[in-house]
Amino acid sequence: MDLTLSPREQAFADELRGWLAENNPGEEPSGDEAAWEFRLAWQRKLHDRGYAGLSWPEEFGGRGATLIEQAIFGEEMARAKAPMAANLLGLVMGGPVVIAHGTQEQKQRYLEPILSGEEIWCQGFSEPESGSDLASLKTRAVKDGSEWVVTGQKVWTTFAHHAKWCMLVARSDQDAPKHQGMTYFLLDMEQEAVQVRPLRQITGEEEFNELFIEEARIPDANVIGGVGNGWAVAITTLMHERAGLGAGSAASVKIALGQLIELAKENGVADDPVIRQKIAALLIETEALRLNAWRGLTQIMKTGIPGPEGSLPKLQWSAVNQGLTELAVAIQGEEGVLRDSDWTYRFLRARANSIEGGTTEILKNIIAERVLNLPRLR
Amino acid sequence: MNFDFSDDQQAIKRTAHDLLADRFKPDTVRALAEGERYDDAHWGEIAELGWAGIAIDEAHGGQGLGIVELAILAEELGYTVAPVPFLSNAAGGIAIQHAGSDAQRERLLPGIASGETRATAGLLRNGVAALVPDADSAATIVLFDGGGSGGVVLDAADCEIEPLATIDQTRRYARVTPRDGAGEPLDGDAGPALDRIATVVSAEIVGVAQKTLEMAVEYARDRQQFGRPIGAYQGVSHRCADMLRETESARSTAYWAAWAADAEPETLPVAAAMAKALASDAGWNVTASALQVHGGIGFTWEHDLHFLLKRAKVDGALFGSASQHRERVAALSGLG
Repeated sequence: MDLTLSPREQAFADELRGWLAENNPGEEPSGDEAAWEFRLAWQRKLHDRGYAGLSWPEEFGGRGATLIEQAIFGEEMARAKAPMAANLLGLVMGGPVVIAHGTQEQKQRYLEPILSGEEIWCQGFSEPESGSDLASLKTRAVKDGSEWVVTGQKVWTTFAHHAKWCMLVARSDQDAPKHQGMTYFLLDMEQEAVQVRPLRQITGEEEFNELFIEEARIPDANVIGGVGNGWAVAITTLMHERAGLGAGSAASVKIALGQLIELAKENGVADDPVIRQKIAALLIETEALRLNAWRGLTQIMKTGIPGPEGSLPKLQWSAVNQGLTELAVAIQGEEGVLRDSDWTYRFLRARANSIEGGTTEILKNIIAERVLNLPRLR
Repeated sequence: MNFDFSDDQQAIKRTAHDLLADRFKPDTVRALAEGERYDDAHWGEIAELGWAGIAIDEAHGGQGLGIVELAILAEELGYTVAPVPFLSNAAGGIAIQHAGSDAQRERLLPGIASGETRATAGLLRNGVAALVPDADSAATIVLFDGGGSGGVVLDAADCEIEPLATIDQTRRYARVTPRDGAGEPLDGDAGPALDRIATVVSAEIVGVAQKTLEMAVEYARDRQQFGRPIGAYQGVSHRCADMLRETESARSTAYWAAWAADAEPETLPVAAAMAKALASDAGWNVTASALQVHGGIGFTWEHDLHFLLKRAKVDGALFGSASQHRERVAALSGLG
């Protein structure tokens, strides 16, 4: 057991830290367009240095980083409060899916523009009537010669208004059982048949979109992983979304807890025993989240199989982030309800944490069924 | 970064797991608990295996291994709720090794390591140590000041020892009142010793929680109500998922504290406080949840669950409660 970084890992962390000190552009400018340009510029910078496709194999322009190195990257980015890369979904979901399931031609065609940020990717999975029960989705794909004609509606599609490609799961065989008969497509967003409508959230922001698809055309060549295999391919995407998330999320929550401690001092409640107990409990849960994440990564690297503790970080992170933002608002009393405050925004935004990327309830189902081997509900 | 045991440590864990499963079958534990006694043969075997001195210096008759190895044994002993005076003797050994003088180490550690003259430790408040494990059978009793700043090393003969009837019948506890002016002061800083003891207790709780989690999951798979196993209902299965979260979090944190004790002592105070805070709460939450999953049968004396539930509750109170350790975390984390 050694919970320090190996010389090689430490060298990687040092290199990153040094590079971030020189290159981190800091806080995003206000205004949607300016913020977007800022993220694109940041992605190009990451790519020039080889950090964009960190986890991707070297032959596809990545760095072939180990899971530990990916976690270090997440931690250092969080610590430096570095901005998000513009093509986040392409990097963490799209690219890995093309690498795992794509043909040689698809790898040639799609990977480099993901890394450079030239082509932005979005994800078309959820539908108004298919959230947690993704396999019930209704968007239809009907074969027409060498093309597919797609009609349906998608929701919660982040970056859709900037995206060139949408990772779209649609039902290609209406008669097949629920988990079969789905296909994973790459939908070209630049066509009239695809309409993007922004979705306003409880924060007032428009971070997500709705997608209305009316007889859009997708060529055969844009099927990933074969017709009818959409469910398996989609699951890979979701696994990539969750893997390696733990360490970075613990680091960002730790920073927020530092801010919460300052807030408690400023508001004169740092010696209130109830507040101290609550902050300590959040600090402890954050440390447990970090340690569970590292222990999970060690298991995967040793055995190739995630241990039970690896399924916990997302669940714990959402609870801690909600808890700490709620406490920040409570500490501010009557001032805590004002709209023009960063804490108020974070407090409202945190409500989505236990829904996005798998609801807490679905994650508990997964733990119960796949980790504890309890009988399935269905 | 390698958050897993070494091959040697894995071997210790496996050996202990298998041996204890054989020695402390549920019926044996029940008979000892109901009789409120230990079996000397058990302690003899544990001493023979070198477990009593696993983390004591070789120069003083121990095996010279670390808190990680000690924590591994404590976890496995917790898993079977073994009625043996292991934890108390380990606590006494840590106290002398890490806070005692050279003379105290020379005099006391060999007997602790061989298991022949056992020690124990407790917290002294207002002249009384309210809950000291195995004080009635130990030769040496180390009592730390409640504030953790110092302590005193006592001959059991210099103390008034009143056996206590606690809810945990798998272990003996006593109230200890040292006679006025008796004993020698602890030479060293009590903090590092107390942190190590809290870490080992946390590891024991992890074992208790792990066992009850397994019992609950097995029961939830087998027990049928309304025509299906109760584990298929989310009211039960989500409770089990929460038990896993608490058990694994307590485990990760206890292992981290044990590693810090051996390899990164500057991290030990916050790691030990976090480990004990988490384990104290997790121990209770997980065992109480296991009882709820078992329903009525779990509330019967006949079922073994209550031995684990009660051990977890008493362990939670030993060497600092969850809220006391959370307060330490707050003080160590910039809240002043």
